[in-house]
Amino acid sequence: MTRHLRFPRLSWRFIPVWQRNYLVWKKLAIPSILGNLADPMLYMLGLGYGLGSLLPDVAGMPYLTFLAAGTVAYSTMNAATFEVLYSSFSRMHVQRTWDAIMNAPLTLDDVMLGELTWAVSKSLLSGLAILAVIWGLGLYGSFWMTLWIIPVVALVGFCFGGMGLVMNAVSPSYDFFLYYFTLVITPMVLLCGVFFPVSQLPPLLQSVSVWLPLTHAIDLARPLVLGKTPDDIVQHGTALCAYGFAGYVIALALTRRRLLK
Amino acid sequence: MLLGLIEPDAGSIELAGIAVPQHAREARMKVGVVPQMDNLDPDFSVRENLLAYGRYFGMSKAAVAARVPELLEFAGLASKADAQIAQLSGGMKRRLTLARALVHDPDLLFLDEPTTGLDPQARHLIWQGLRRLIGAGKTIVLTTHFMEEAERLTDRLAILDHGRLVTEGAPRALIESHIEPAVVEVYGEGLEDWMRDRASGVCQRFESVGETLFCYTGNAERVIDALKQAPAQRYLHRPSNLEDVFLKLTGRDLRD
Repeated sequence: MTRHLRFPRLSWRFIPVWQRNYLVWKKLAIPSILGNLADPMLYMLGLGYGLGSLLPDVAGMPYLTFLAAGTVAYSTMNAATFEVLYSSFSRMHVQRTWDAIMNAPLTLDDVMLGELTWAVSKSLLSGLAILAVIWGLGLYGSFWMTLWIIPVVALVGFCFGGMGLVMNAVSPSYDFFLYYFTLVITPMVLLCGVFFPVSQLPPLLQSVSVWLPLTHAIDLARPLVLGKTPDDIVQHGTALCAYGFAGYVIALALTRRRLLK
Repeated sequence: MLLGLIEPDAGSIELAGIAVPQHAREARMKVGVVPQMDNLDPDFSVRENLLAYGRYFGMSKAAVAARVPELLEFAGLASKADAQIAQLSGGMKRRLTLARALVHDPDLLFLDEPTTGLDPQARHLIWQGLRRLIGAGKTIVLTTHFMEEAERLTDRLAILDHGRLVTEGAPRALIESHIEPAVVEVYGEGLEDWMRDRASGVCQRFESVGETLFCYTGNAERVIDALKQAPAQRYLHRPSNLEDVFLKLTGRDLRD
């Protein structure tokens, strides 16, 4: 693997790859939007109203608001993850679309950057839908501050897109992705403050939580929903970028090795 | 390796005058590829496949769209422009893959077993298309296990066995230099007796494979006359071909 590890050579040629995915998505946009977005929204509204009516304020805000901020991060994480796992895997392994593209003057770096930017786009879409609900229900402190959630959402998409591409590179089949969801994504949802504040966890788990990318995402998104400037913006932003970039670079090396076999 | 996707352990490669893999992008601009396994984009229609592939070469939408009718006509798919890939037959998919490889008007075309798995009609259609391309001045590099295909399409061919170059040359010249002009394949009850008593007398060279005797000769008449006296033997007389050369040079053992 180290033989294949090198700094990505980025070029604008990734754009037709992004565009390819966009055009395919556009054909089935309506069911795809409904399928991707209805689920987190139902959870947010169901739990927010149902469970929220039983609870006092959580971390100084109504539970629905608390959950809405968590859901922004959670649904964008899922959108990017599903895209680079199942959809990218279809294109790489099942349909061999990547092979066809690499016979044109594109490199693997371009193809995977196209996939990554597409995952970011899917995250943006998912984040915007949740944001629309936040706006519609008036769950925010300051409208203008909520606009900062948009770049946060893109960053979350980049982070989880990059990480997911690593799984894509090593997976023998679709079934393998279940491990990633069971061992990485689901624990992260429970440890990073989507449904309840991290401060409710035992100290040991809290110290794990600090290192998880979803925690950084929520630490940025939740104050923005409330209309406050988040603490440690640079630190959180850097962590999300670092996870995403490291994922992209490692995924490139692993995929290069895989495709040469 | 020629496309710059794999780096060679040693030596240097030039593709269409461009050093590879150092300038693989520029080189691939001049080359079209038809892979062994179809990898058309199943999420797109026939026309959209061509449009998308043109974009990968940096062509504008108008430039690709202008080429699409010509490419569809070449592939015999003019009436299928809006069909989905899943609706196409194996032969249509191959032809579309060939048309896709031509979208950027390359000088050079790589084809990996272009007609494997096709029925004779579909195969002949592909061969006609390839002849038109050769006529139009394109260079074609073709790999195949199908000797008839190699014999029909190539000016120069190389036989590779376990990654080693065994021989190289024009098809007819290879046949003439390696094999006697005609082959009589003999099979039937009592073949062993005939082989022992007569074969060495009438064949220039012979080879026994399973239940069949391959008799190579410059004088087939003599072999056939001899066979007429042995009515139990059935035979097939044919000119020698590239497959005989291939089997002689690489042996008859299975390759896997």
